[in-house]
Amino acid sequence: MSTTRLTHLRQLEAESIHIFREVVSEFEKPVMLYSIGKDSAVLLHLARKAFYPSPVPFPLLHVDTTWKFRDMIFFRDKIIKEYGLELLVHINPDGIKRRIGPFTHGSALHTDIMKTEALKQALDQYKFDAAFGGARRDEEASRAKERVFSFRTENHRWDPKNQRPELWNLYNGRVRKGESIRAFPLSNWTELDIWQYIYMEDIPIVPLYFAAERPVVERDGMLIMVDDERLPLKDGETPMMKSIRFRTLGCYPLTGAIESTASTLPEIIQEMLIARTSERQGRLIDKDQAGSMEKKKQEGYF
Amino acid sequence: MNDLSIATAEINAYLKSQEEKDLLRFITCGSVDDGKSTFIGRLLWDSKLLFEDQLATLTAESKRVGTQNGEIDYALLLDGLQAEREQGITIDVAYRYFATDKRKFIVADTPGHEQYTRNMATGASTADLAVILIDARKGVLTQTMRHSYLVSLLGIKKVVLAVNKMDLVDYSEAVFEQIKADYADFARQLEFSEITSIPVSALKGDNMIGASDAMPWYRGPSVIAHLEAVNFRSDVSDKPFRLPVQWVNRPNLDFRGFSGTIASGSIRVGDDIVEPASGQTSKVARIVTFDGDLDEAVAGQAVTLTLEDEIDISRGDILCETKGRPATADQFEAKVVWMNSEPLLPGRNYLVKLGTSLTAGKISDLKYKVNVNTLEHVATKTLGLNEIGICNLALDRAVSFDPYSENRQTGSFILIDRFSNATVAAGTIDFALRRADNIHWQSVDIHKEARAAQKGQKASVLWFTGLSGSGKSTIANLVEKKLHTMNKHTYLLDGDNVRHGLNKDLGFTDADRVENIRRVGETAKLMVDAGLITLVSFISPFRSERQMARGLLEDGEFLEVFVDTPLEICEARDIKGLYKKARAGEIKNFTGISSDYERPENAEIVIDGARQTPEESADAIIETLLNRGVI
Repeated sequence: MSTTRLTHLRQLEAESIHIFREVVSEFEKPVMLYSIGKDSAVLLHLARKAFYPSPVPFPLLHVDTTWKFRDMIFFRDKIIKEYGLELLVHINPDGIKRRIGPFTHGSALHTDIMKTEALKQALDQYKFDAAFGGARRDEEASRAKERVFSFRTENHRWDPKNQRPELWNLYNGRVRKGESIRAFPLSNWTELDIWQYIYMEDIPIVPLYFAAERPVVERDGMLIMVDDERLPLKDGETPMMKSIRFRTLGCYPLTGAIESTASTLPEIIQEMLIARTSERQGRLIDKDQAGSMEKKKQEGYF
Repeated sequence: MNDLSIATAEINAYLKSQEEKDLLRFITCGSVDDGKSTFIGRLLWDSKLLFEDQLATLTAESKRVGTQNGEIDYALLLDGLQAEREQGITIDVAYRYFATDKRKFIVADTPGHEQYTRNMATGASTADLAVILIDARKGVLTQTMRHSYLVSLLGIKKVVLAVNKMDLVDYSEAVFEQIKADYADFARQLEFSEITSIPVSALKGDNMIGASDAMPWYRGPSVIAHLEAVNFRSDVSDKPFRLPVQWVNRPNLDFRGFSGTIASGSIRVGDDIVEPASGQTSKVARIVTFDGDLDEAVAGQAVTLTLEDEIDISRGDILCETKGRPATADQFEAKVVWMNSEPLLPGRNYLVKLGTSLTAGKISDLKYKVNVNTLEHVATKTLGLNEIGICNLALDRAVSFDPYSENRQTGSFILIDRFSNATVAAGTIDFALRRADNIHWQSVDIHKEARAAQKGQKASVLWFTGLSGSGKSTIANLVEKKLHTMNKHTYLLDGDNVRHGLNKDLGFTDADRVENIRRVGETAKLMVDAGLITLVSFISPFRSERQMARGLLEDGEFLEVFVDTPLEICEARDIKGLYKKARAGEIKNFTGISSDYERPENAEIVIDGARQTPEESADAIIETLLNRGVI
């Protein structure tokens, strides 16, 4: 008779590991999409657990829009080196040629070219047949219906009305040449689970999640950090130093900071429990209209 | 202690308590108008899980498309996909997450619409408990029975009967008691261990979290109180040890571990284990994890085991304790929920994913289907979307499993279509059929190679496929003549001829076409065994049946000859006048007209029926046979 009892975090952890192992067993060429954020940090941690003592048996892919926070890139390179991982970085060469950026072309076009298109390019170029992502079902309404193994056509499209049924822990990993799946080991995790797990397992994350004095400007009710000289200042705009942190990380001109003094994980978690403002609120991209995320997903955005 | 460290101490204590919580998965089911989405929306709302911006969106959306006259429409929280939002029904399984002070919850919101049985089965497959909603004004409906049957079929033992919309029946105790009694009466046929009935109004919040002032006559728990207290810990930890091997972990020559999630039971270092299909045994040497070796591991944990002996184990095998072993067989009886618009065809080859094994197999006998509204057994030859059948499955090789009633992890499987790769069905195993163990192959001394060598040839099958009138039989006939003059030993199986004898009991429905090809495939196999070059000329329109025939033979023995003649040409020829009759509707299920022809994708030989003459075609085939060393 055993006395070991699985708490919900251990249960979620085991289920994620199971998904990692299924994908690696059933696909020829998996890759993990690494966005450097906290969910990616947890995803990477779980991947290392799943295959131990073997090394992580797939490369990481970072789709770089060239507008990420400098701290993110620094953190990325440090982690890759420390854990001895293989990292692929892809930047859309068309976007570079056309000098696409969020200020010159607007957030929608920038995201489309530098993120969605760039991701498809990279997946095609390396011929990956499975890509791990850190999406969670609690993030957004259309994600609540996403499968753990989410099938994509040759053109990387997601068809929400024609998804494969997914029962028990039996995932269908059959694809034809050119087709692929996106696998989401964190499907059943909530934002609170992620933070609790980072705390429990002492997982390193980008320092931008912790409050510090940083230069910001206020635009459309959002605090935008002046991360480098590319941020064009409007008339009368002067960067102010504020104690801020980020709940989510993306391209710095599109990611709003929150004013905060939370500089430890317990403080962040506490603030989060009190704040009651959901996670993606800091991202400009979702604001257009309800259902915008679903449209982006159908087109291949994660 | 300053304020900050007090806060830190508090939050640490809070995090500790959070870590101790367990996780209850449940599904909600009900018919379209039972207010299911409102019910879950209310649970999320009341557990204070909604964030301010979600609330702002919800308020705005309620005004735009809401059905509550501009008041908050909780249902909008759940209806994620835009398409369904506009249709006003839920079309898929949505997962929702919330927590109370005592537990974490994952809710599968499953649709109540009739054609979406498969989604309910999906949601139920991982749930420990089901909440079945009933509209108090309507009572127990056909859908209620269907949902309850599915819940029971997927092995859920605990049910909450939420009698909703009590506000619309004046919170009447009599109405509630009547529904409760009706349901208990019906549920006697099902295998539930516990039914808890609660009168609620999801819209108004009665008995959702706390007691309801409007129903003082009800003294039981509220929905949340019950979900927090219900004892759902299934006894998977006390069952026999099972670890389906997912991945062989081999970082270097000194380490060989078997990674997988423990499906049931527990294991300690030093325990005896067996791989039941091969009978190999060993002892557990180490239980390896990233966080260090363990002395013991239990159901639900993802671990890597190393063994004391070098035994041959790979993905798809299952490590078990030696005392309580699973069944190992290549045939079993199962209940199957069909989930695809393409119907089930007995005899057709599917892939069976059971645990971590993937095996080819087929439905060898479809016994009956269940009318989910009445639970009656109905004779059938096929299963359509959302139908449930009881059948025998025959796999290409023996696998190990437990009955679903004893183990949900090792007793469940999915069927995958070999060509579309769709998940077409989900199944639960009832029991092993021992018959397979008792019919052994009769081994004979003179074998296939000896018979073929005597004839100076390699035994093989030339499988001609193509539309009616494509020229298959003409070409096959010419090829046989040429082989005959070369002193080769042949036989020609022609579709029309076989239908006069061996297959005269079969018609032209999809199911009969599958059986037709199965018999011809088996006959061709016997002829190959006799050492003959066997020519088969059959329309054989379905890829999976040609694949099935190919699968009966050894690698290299089966050569598919695709006589690719466009439909217009075949129809213009119309040698037997069949196209004319088909166009007139006199012949049903005619390939190319009223039934599909699935073109081969990787045929060994392709004949361009529009350009090559029969003579040229036959010569091309002879040349291929020479090149392949068949003759």
